[in-house]
Amino acid sequence: MEEKAVSFYWRGFKERYGLVGSKCELCSRHFFPGRVICPECRRKGKMHEHRFSGKGKVYSYTVIRTPPTGFEIYIPYVVAIVDLEEGARVVSQLVDVKPEEVSIGMPVEACFRKIREQNQSGLVLYGFKFRPLK
Amino acid sequence: MAVGIVGYGAYIPRWRIKSSSIAEVWGSDQGRTNSLVDEKAVSSLDEDAATMAVEAGKSALLRAGINPKDIGALYVGSESHPYVVKSTSSIVAEALDATPDLTAADLEFACKAGTAGMQMAMGLIESGRIKYGMAIGSDTAQGRPGDELEYTAASGAASYILGSRGLIAKINDTCSYTTDTPDFWRREGEEFPRHGGRFTGEPAYFTHVLAATRALLEKTGTTVEDYDYFVFHQPNAKFPLKAAKTLGIPAGKIMQGLLVSQIGNTYSAASLLGLAAVLDVARPGENILLTSFGSGAGSDSFSITATDLITKKRRLAPFVKNMIAVKEYIGYAHYIKFRRKLKGAMR
Repeated sequence: MEEKAVSFYWRGFKERYGLVGSKCELCSRHFFPGRVICPECRRKGKMHEHRFSGKGKVYSYTVIRTPPTGFEIYIPYVVAIVDLEEGARVVSQLVDVKPEEVSIGMPVEACFRKIREQNQSGLVLYGFKFRPLK
Repeated sequence: MAVGIVGYGAYIPRWRIKSSSIAEVWGSDQGRTNSLVDEKAVSSLDEDAATMAVEAGKSALLRAGINPKDIGALYVGSESHPYVVKSTSSIVAEALDATPDLTAADLEFACKAGTAGMQMAMGLIESGRIKYGMAIGSDTAQGRPGDELEYTAASGAASYILGSRGLIAKINDTCSYTTDTPDFWRREGEEFPRHGGRFTGEPAYFTHVLAATRALLEKTGTTVEDYDYFVFHQPNAKFPLKAAKTLGIPAGKIMQGLLVSQIGNTYSAASLLGLAAVLDVARPGENILLTSFGSGAGSDSFSITATDLITKKRRLAPFVKNMIAVKEYIGYAHYIKFRRKLKGAMR
């Protein structure tokens, strides 16, 4: 896998570590990943950084059996679209659950995990994943 | 100035391997009978000391109910830091939203790096330099396949937020006992640690744990009878039980904080997870004595008293008991894959 420069990953740390997106104070819409301009309110909108609670529900999911480079060791694993309680939608890996135990509407919460390791001498890339809500 | 615990959090990964599964592969029950460990916690493929520290830290923040930006110092004690050079503490501070106005550092003192972090945070709070300090013990401990350590080396994390106001438990005093005793070590670039076998007992564990505990009792003018709970470092179940017996402590006073038979030795997290299990049940006014042990070797001892706030605050995050109960067993083959011990694996 061809790796990008360190700065590329570093720029995403805040967003990936803390599930940080944005919220428009005018229309109360939430966005992940964060946006600079509210697509609804346009120039009238007031965008602020928003740290999501991490609570949500599975909107849909799929089981990955043919993984991209860097994810081979995890197969079979679940990737889900999660509806966050504030309203935004995010795609993420589901962990601490077997593929057959996942269902649509299942309550989940964000947790902090390793996403991928570059290689033996490279960076360890961390970020949010989701797990069943205990 | 009063100093103590304002929040605590525990994390135990959900995977377990039974000692019998390990014994079956190596054809000997010796490791199991020597350690009295029935099963141990194993971290997932995507977990390490940093991710577990973050999970424990989140629970500590839930209980403390403080703004993470008010944490002025963050220390992560571990002997399995993901990087040899590159701080774990900065990863944890970023993930917990405590950055950027704080001091942070990674600590290593075998199994007692977490309690060393607590003492460092206490000093900064007492001197008025910081409002809150977070000390974490987190480890994904490694044992060489076939070694006795394989029965005990486990994964877990515990986090403590210390401060001077809103205490759920007051730290009355602390003291340490340190000598240069090479009972257990791992050299740079080595994958697995080595140990001095029986040497880890008398001159290492017992000498330091007993000396630090006795010194604390003397310093505080207290006796064994003054404490309701004792938590000792637990590399196996035999050592803390024997230490308690030597000090004349009834076994009933150490059982609540003795988790090693169910989750293994979580190294830097071991005594701190034991303390978390005690804080999960302690009543206001009850006294706790905690003594850690780190190979190399040293012990830190703490006299702690639960306050009225504890009953309300502890409900705000998961209990140790429940984390021990949520588990899924893996066999030895999966364990080897999870711990990445398979030589020449394709992935």
